[in-house]
Amino acid sequence: MSQTQDIPGTTLFDGDEAQKGLALNRMCFSFNSAENRAEFRKDEDAYCAKFGLNAEQRAAIKARNVLALIAAGGNVYYLAKFAGIFGLNVQDIGAQQTGMSVEAFKAKLLESAT
Amino acid sequence: MARIIGGLGTSHVPAIGAAIVKGLQNDPYWKPFFDGFPPVREWLSREKPDVCVIFYNDHGLNFFLDNLPTFAVGAAKEYTSEDEGWGLPIKPPYPGDPDLSWHIIESLVADEFDVATCQQVKVDHAFVNPMELFWPGDGRPVRFVPVLINTVQHPLPSARRCYKLGQAVGRAIDSYPKDLKVVVLGTGGLSHQLDGERAGFINKDFDKLCLDALVSDPEALLGYSTHDLVKLAGTQGVEILNWIAMRGALTGRVSQLHRNYHVPISNTASGLLLLENKPALAKAA
Repeated sequence: MSQTQDIPGTTLFDGDEAQKGLALNRMCFSFNSAENRAEFRKDEDAYCAKFGLNAEQRAAIKARNVLALIAAGGNVYYLAKFAGIFGLNVQDIGAQQTGMSVEAFKAKLLESAT
Repeated sequence: MARIIGGLGTSHVPAIGAAIVKGLQNDPYWKPFFDGFPPVREWLSREKPDVCVIFYNDHGLNFFLDNLPTFAVGAAKEYTSEDEGWGLPIKPPYPGDPDLSWHIIESLVADEFDVATCQQVKVDHAFVNPMELFWPGDGRPVRFVPVLINTVQHPLPSARRCYKLGQAVGRAIDSYPKDLKVVVLGTGGLSHQLDGERAGFINKDFDKLCLDALVSDPEALLGYSTHDLVKLAGTQGVEILNWIAMRGALTGRVSQLHRNYHVPISNTASGLLLLENKPALAKAA
């Protein structure tokens, strides 16, 4: 388990996570290519099978659930490319992870300016 | 001899590139960020550096986890960008300076920094966005040497190690026989966290402490562990390591010419720093 006892809501992406998440992150890395993104959209099951995702990873992809993807070993830099397929940016995924609306999440960021 | 004329630090988040594409520089949300840059561009057009050595982190465009170097130096004739998964516009290639790259590599390895060497590097937003901010448009008035620092997968190199890497790069540039003006860049940060329930974390006090220290007392930052940096600056705030390396390369007399700090841009506290590096005073005989 990653050493995050004193930083709530945070997973350090270390060797344990990197091993656990290798297949998932490899699939997300492939989304650098527009061709691969199109292939994923065409047949999501086949694409996930090609990369050998485990059941937890497959379910998290299916649910588009960022916290579940991180729990399954996903690294946010690669996951951001997955989110990009659906036109979602880091504020959208920030809102999802914190259980806020995107507007509320953006407002929270603006408040941190003061 | 080559001479380091100054150092620059800037945030690099993808939203900056999107704002530029949409022409939002004068939008009320973005204006306080973009308004920081004209003084730096004026300085650059006055000083006309020949080469930019840029410390940054790849975000899973060039490197995957199958083969992830802690430190890597680009030695390509040119560097290309890609859309990174988000349909970003592809920029014209950025020219390299392979001769200087190999000089830096030779010097670093002799100096016990056993870096990975890359004759091909796909550069991502951490490289492209600072270029768009400092040298907007498709002109390429400078050549580039990328120095990549792993901030993706822990263990990350320590702040102290990154500072020492910067110092070694500084020594390498100072010993390069060609008459070149060099500017060094560090990109990323400042405080931000994209992942987990703590997403949206910002720490203005720590950012200010970092900016102040980078100007006048960089060694004050070297005691922070990478775990401390995650705690204080967020999981992506660790990109301050690139700035610390940049500062290490400034081997002369350093003073601040310009600074901007604005919260937020997207999920991030943005920082901008222009440091002048004057030749060290000659030692008394």
